[in-house]
Formats: sequence, structure tokens, C-alpha cells
Amino acid sequence: MTSAPTPAEVVLSARNIAKSYGSIQALRGVNFDIHRGQVTTLFGENGAGKSTLMKVLSGVVQPTSGEIVLDGQPIVFASSTDARNHGISIIHQELSLAPNLNVRDNIFMGREIMGRSGVDFAEEERQTRALMAELEEQIDPLTPVEDLRLGQQQIVEIARALSVNSRILIMDEPTSALSATEVEVLFKVIRDLTGRGVSIVYISHHLEEALQITNHAVVLRDGAMTAYAERAEIDLEWIVRNMVGENFDLGSPPTGYEMGDVALKIEDISVPDAAGAGYSVVDRLSLSVRAGEIVCIYGLMGAGRTELLETVAGRLTASGGRVLLRGQDVTGLTIAQRIAQGLVLVPEDRQRDGLVQTMTVGNNLSLASIAAFTRGLFTSQKAEQGVIADAIRKVTIKTDPSGAAPIGSLSGGNQQKVVIGKMLTTDPSVILLDEPTRGIDVGAKAEVFRILAERAKSGLAVIYSTSEVGECLSIAHRIIVMNRGRIAAEFPANVSKEKIMAASGEAVVH
Amino acid sequence: MSVAVKPKGLDMRTLLLEGRAFFALIVIVAVFSVLSPHYFSLANFLIMASHVAIYGLLAIGMLLVVLNGGIDLSVGSILGLSGCIAGFLMQGVTLQAFGVILYPPVWVVVVLTCALGAFTGLVNGVLIAWFKVPAFVATLGVLYVARGVALLMTNGLTFNALAGKPELGNTGFDWLGFNRLANVPIGVIVLATLAILTGLMLSRTAFGRWLYASGGNPRAAELSGVPVKRVQITVYVLSGICASIAGLVLSSQLTSAGPTAGQSYELTAIAAVVIGGAALTGGRGTIRGTMLGAFVIGFLSDGLVIIGVSSYWQTVFTGAVIVLAVLLNSVQYKPRAKA
Repeated sequence: MTSAPTPAEVVLSARNIAKSYGSIQALRGVNFDIHRGQVTTLFGENGAGKSTLMKVLSGVVQPTSGEIVLDGQPIVFASSTDARNHGISIIHQELSLAPNLNVRDNIFMGREIMGRSGVDFAEEERQTRALMAELEEQIDPLTPVEDLRLGQQQIVEIARALSVNSRILIMDEPTSALSATEVEVLFKVIRDLTGRGVSIVYISHHLEEALQITNHAVVLRDGAMTAYAERAEIDLEWIVRNMVGENFDLGSPPTGYEMGDVALKIEDISVPDAAGAGYSVVDRLSLSVRAGEIVCIYGLMGAGRTELLETVAGRLTASGGRVLLRGQDVTGLTIAQRIAQGLVLVPEDRQRDGLVQTMTVGNNLSLASIAAFTRGLFTSQKAEQGVIADAIRKVTIKTDPSGAAPIGSLSGGNQQKVVIGKMLTTDPSVILLDEPTRGIDVGAKAEVFRILAERAKSGLAVIYSTSEVGECLSIAHRIIVMNRGRIAAEFPANVSKEKIMAASGEAVVH
Repeated sequence: MSVAVKPKGLDMRTLLLEGRAFFALIVIVAVFSVLSPHYFSLANFLIMASHVAIYGLLAIGMLLVVLNGGIDLSVGSILGLSGCIAGFLMQGVTLQAFGVILYPPVWVVVVLTCALGAFTGLVNGVLIAWFKVPAFVATLGVLYVARGVALLMTNGLTFNALAGKPELGNTGFDWLGFNRLANVPIGVIVLATLAILTGLMLSRTAFGRWLYASGGNPRAAELSGVPVKRVQITVYVLSGICASIAGLVLSSQLTSAGPTAGQSYELTAIAAVVIGGAALTGGRGTIRGTMLGAFVIGFLSDGLVIIGVSSYWQTVFTGAVIVLAVLLNSVQYKPRAKA
């Protein structure tokens, strides 16, 4: 790392990298170079193949075809350890540090320096101090990682990568959870690193931010590389154009009916950060939705969409503000009471929050509306079967109409329809859906939207969140863009993708 | 044996896997019938069943707790404490302020004892649901406290005169342990009744569904409007009541109540639940399986006594059966590939 960086020198090249999982092509023929001492950024929407490409580069998965060329030699990484031994390290979005251990122990985790009488802690501490000095960070090697701010934890991750002499550092969404000042610090560290000849592969949804730091841009869409250019030749519009491209038809806003009165009114809702960091993840936000209206909430990760929806549904407690359901204040009510009043949430993570894996499809579907088929003390099996068969038919779940199949036997799209069907069975007047299309294929997405549009016609107020701009422009009558806990912009249905993305883009002031 | 209501129609897979406890029971009966001429008789089965009743009652409560994803280590101690309370009440309560000795009738004794079990369970439930104490630790603490209270109450001694006196109007305590209806010991009838009621509750009431859901995925259950905390507290209360009933039956069978009764019974109850195919992670298990598990353990240990095997060997055998059962559980609940 002592030689002066030569800008043109190519350290690593991806040659026609393709990867398929079964019949799904996650990557098809990706070509680009990583230059010594420069930053290469991967741009693309969710599901475009960024993370798969990253996994290929860091040896976590093997490409189906194509090759990786390191220093002019074709190479195959057997594992991520193998890749690390060749100087390629990856820093994941979710940091992989042990919070209970201190900085020193985290940096040397798994490759402790052994002295004559066990681990040589003094030497480890000395090296840690040296690393921190290199990165110009005031972090004591003996501080437990859990006491550090997120930005500092990221520095520790970087220090760990440097301690194994990484020449190529892959960073997956490193700024998504950082404050503006922490982003500054990170960028300074990145500039220092590149100055010393380390190459950075950078992945971010924050386009403007990434443009500040990058030297090269690689744009992916649906697993294919749509563009590759140098920073000097490109701008924000160029990236968006290449990222978004053509889209599948996900429906259009339902028309031909009168919207009703205001069904849900959110007044000045604030939600404190769960970790107690002192700032608000939702910041005095107000929003009204009418019966029959479909509203889309777009925003980047960490914009506060999930927190907003979970607060309205009663999972989280607001630090201020009110939620009115058809004029009635429901702020103090439990989740069960809100469901009974007609306010339901389809959570973001269906495996963790939506489904009971130990129960059948039918029992999952009927879980939120047990009262509807309870006669006196006992549940009526006949009535329950009716409810289940009805739900399966209405949300078109591909399964046995008795609902006796285990929930795990369904595909992701059908599982999602079970979660939606469960909540629709309670006959709500307002439904909140947090990323209802996450991890399901295009056909299932279109079907989910069709179901929601149909229910809106009969007076249901629908609010869904998404991080894919194409999905804003489907069935929504109104598009709300959230940024840092506030509404950054509000658009009618006929807005352009570029405008939505620009409104959500990080407003890092320099 | 009790017949529990099954939750849904039987398919082949559950029949084979759930059937393992049933097959084990058949093997145990067959082997011991060959080894001892006294084993295979109705009279012996009924006697063994009345032994099983104690474990079975504890196991019913334990099943509810395990379905919720928890564990209740305090049931053995609650059993012991309940016996002592019942014994204490049967001896007569001296109210010094009034200079009288109260002899409560047997039904009052039973109700008060069950109330005590419910209260102890409530303490468990509140600690776990509201104060977020891990179930293992909370019930371990209550295990010690309840046992200590029983020892303090009795000063380490045993209550013997539980029969009551006709002139005091408190006779009949031994009915639970000694009498028979149609030749079936009352204890066994109590077990069967509770098992059927629990089976109905699990399969046919909203509470039963809440219990399976909150044991399988508490977050999803909560978002579906299930009162997760209330369910959690209720299962510990019910487990406490089951332990008290077991304590009443046991002290009635022995016509004495000692403070050390029921030591390590909680482990037998857990074993019965596990052998019966319930998953300790929650959400899976049936009353039918648990009852079979209790009978497997009871018939095995009684059989070993009858053929004269050392009680040390009984411990070894019981342990082996438990490990085998858990081994099969992990086969049963291995995540299956998506269709």
C-alpha cells in the first residue's frame, strides 16, 4: 500500500458475471472494472441484483458463469474467507460486530494474536490504537462496541477490514443509518483510504450522496448492467434513467367512484428513536386519508415509514400527536381494539411479524377474526371453514380451499396474500400495508395491487409504503414522499419517477 | 385412558409421529406383561393410572405453558405447598382473637387450595409477562420460595390426620385419593375430566387458538389482535391450579401432606409433555400426546418396580426415553422444503 496510486490501474475486473438461482436470473452478464484507489458505486433499485453481485465479488456465492480477474489473473474464490485472504473485505449493512465485546476484541475476533500465555492483549491493543490513529478516530480500544455511535461502529468495521490488509473494501449502504455529520466523517475516511490505494465498492440508495464520493458508476436493472461510466460523464438524471427503465404494468388508480369522508387522520405524530438516541424517527407528521382513497408512502430506508405505520396501528407508542379513525380518537387503544374499530396493519416482515409458522394456512387466515366464528364459548368449525374458504377465494391464494396446508408450503407471494387476507377478513375501514410487495414476484405484486384497488372501490382506505419508485406509480391516487421522519413532498398520481426520487434524495448539506 | 379432542383431522404424518408415544406405550405394556404375570391386569392398570394421575395433572398445566413457549419449574413445589395448605386447613384453623378453632368443610379446603395455586401461578405470569423475567428464572425462584414456605409452615413435619371427624363435618378428604366410581379411582377421573376440558379449550375456543398463535409467533399474534400478555399470564395461572389439584389428589392418596412432596415432579411433567411431541419452542403440541407421554413414564417406572429393577435403573431408563423423544421431536419439526 506504499506505492502511489495509479488511477488507471485495474485491480479487479468482473467479466460477464451471471448468476441464477433455479429459474431466476439474478445477474446476467455484468462487466466492470475496479480501479486502484478509486470508488466504484453500484446503483440499482431493490432486487436489481446489487447484493448478488456483491456476494459474488466477496466470495459468498459462486457465479454461474463468467469470471473474476484479480491483478490480471482469473481467480475463483472458494469462500468469503478466501476472498478476504486475497484482500477483499465486505462491510455489511447490518454490522457484524459483537456488541458486548470491546473494540480490540472485535477487531481481532477469530484471529487473536497468541502469546506464550494465551492471547496477547497488549499487542492487540497496540495494533488497534495504531489503526485508530491511521483512521484519525478517537476511539479507545477497550470501549464496548455497544457504547459507540453507529458511525463509530462503522469505523471499527473498517478498521477490522484494514487490519487484514484489505485492498478492496465493499460497503453496502454504509450511510443508511448515519447522521449527516457521521456521513462526513465516513467520506473523509473513504478519501483517506483511496489516497492510500485502497479501492472501494460502494452501494447506496442515496444517489446524490453517492455521486459526491464516487469515481465510477455501474447501474444495474433486473440483473443486467444497463450502464457503466466515469463520474465526469454522468449526472443524477442519467442514473435515474438507467435505473428505472421500463416497468411492468402494476395497475392504475381505480376511478369511477366517489371517495368518502376522511377515514384516517394522523395529527402531528412523533415517534422517538427506539434506541433512545434522542431524535425522532417520525417528526410531527400529519396526514389525512379518505375512504376509498389509496395513498402510497415512498421513502428510503430509515425515512420513518415503518415507524409511522406501526405507530398508527398501535405497535409503537407515539411521543405526541393523535390518530383519528373516522373522527374517533384511537390514540390510547391497543392493537386489538384498533382492529375491532377497523384499523389494521399488514407488517413489513411477513415471516417475523405476519405469519405463525406452526399453524396452517387456514388458522393463519382466521387468526384476527376469531370472534366472528365463536358461538358462545366455543368456536364453530363450520363457520370458521366458511371464513377461511371465503378469504382464500377473495385474495386468490393458490392452496387447498380448506386451508389445511402448512403455511410454509406456500410461495412468498401467496404467503403475503395470507397476511393481507387475514387482515381483510376483519372487515377493516383502513388498511396499512408496510412494503406489501417486498420479496414477491411481479405477477404476485400486480395481484396484490388489484385486490387493494378492488377493496378501495368499496370504500376501504388504503395506505401502503414502498421503496421501489415504480410501485408508487401503480394504484395510488396520491404519493407521499417521506424523508427523515417528515413529509418531504406530496404528488398526484401522474408525477414522474424522477421527481419522486429527487424529493426523497438525501439532503446532505455541504 | 383419557380421550382428548383432536384439533383437526388426522393425516398420515401426524399419525405416525404422534403415534410414537402410543407405540412406546404398547411396547412397554407388552414387555412388562411378558416379564411379570402381575402386570397385565385391569386392577394393576387402574393402580398405575392413579399414579399417572399426579404426573398427568402437572403435565396438563405444563403443556399449556410449553405451548406458550415458556416453562414452569415451580409446579412440584406448588404441589407440595398445596398439600400442606390443605393439611393445615384440615387440622383446623385457630383464630386466637375469637378463641375458636375453625374446621372448614372439604369443599372450602379444595377451593382455597386451588386459589393458592392460582395465585402462585399469577405471580409467575406477572413476573414473566410484565416484568420480562425469563420463564426459567421466574419459575425457578418461585420453586424455591414455595418449597420454603411449605417447610416453614410445617416446620419440616408432615400433616397426618387428614381424614377429618364426622362431628366436625369435615370428613371426605380421602374421597379424592381412595374412592372409585365404577371401579375407576377418582384421581384418574379427575385427570380424564381435566384432559377433556383442556382438549376442548385448545381446539374449540378462542383462547386455545390464541395460545397456539402466541406460542408460534408472539409478534404476529399481537399484530393480529391477540392479547398476548393476558394469554401468557393465564397459562401460568392454569398451571398453578393444575399443580394444586395434583397436590390435593396426592395428599389424599397418601392421607398425609408433607412439605417435601412433589420434589422434581416438574421435570417428570416436562418429560411427559416432550415425549408427547410438544415443541419446547412453543406453538406445537396436543393434550392427547401429553397424556400418552404421562402414561409412558408412569407405566414404565411402575413396570420396573413390579419386576423388581433397582430404582436407580428407573432413572436411567426414564432419561433414555426422554432423550429419544426429543431426538424424534427434532426430526418431526425439522423445517421442510417449500413446495
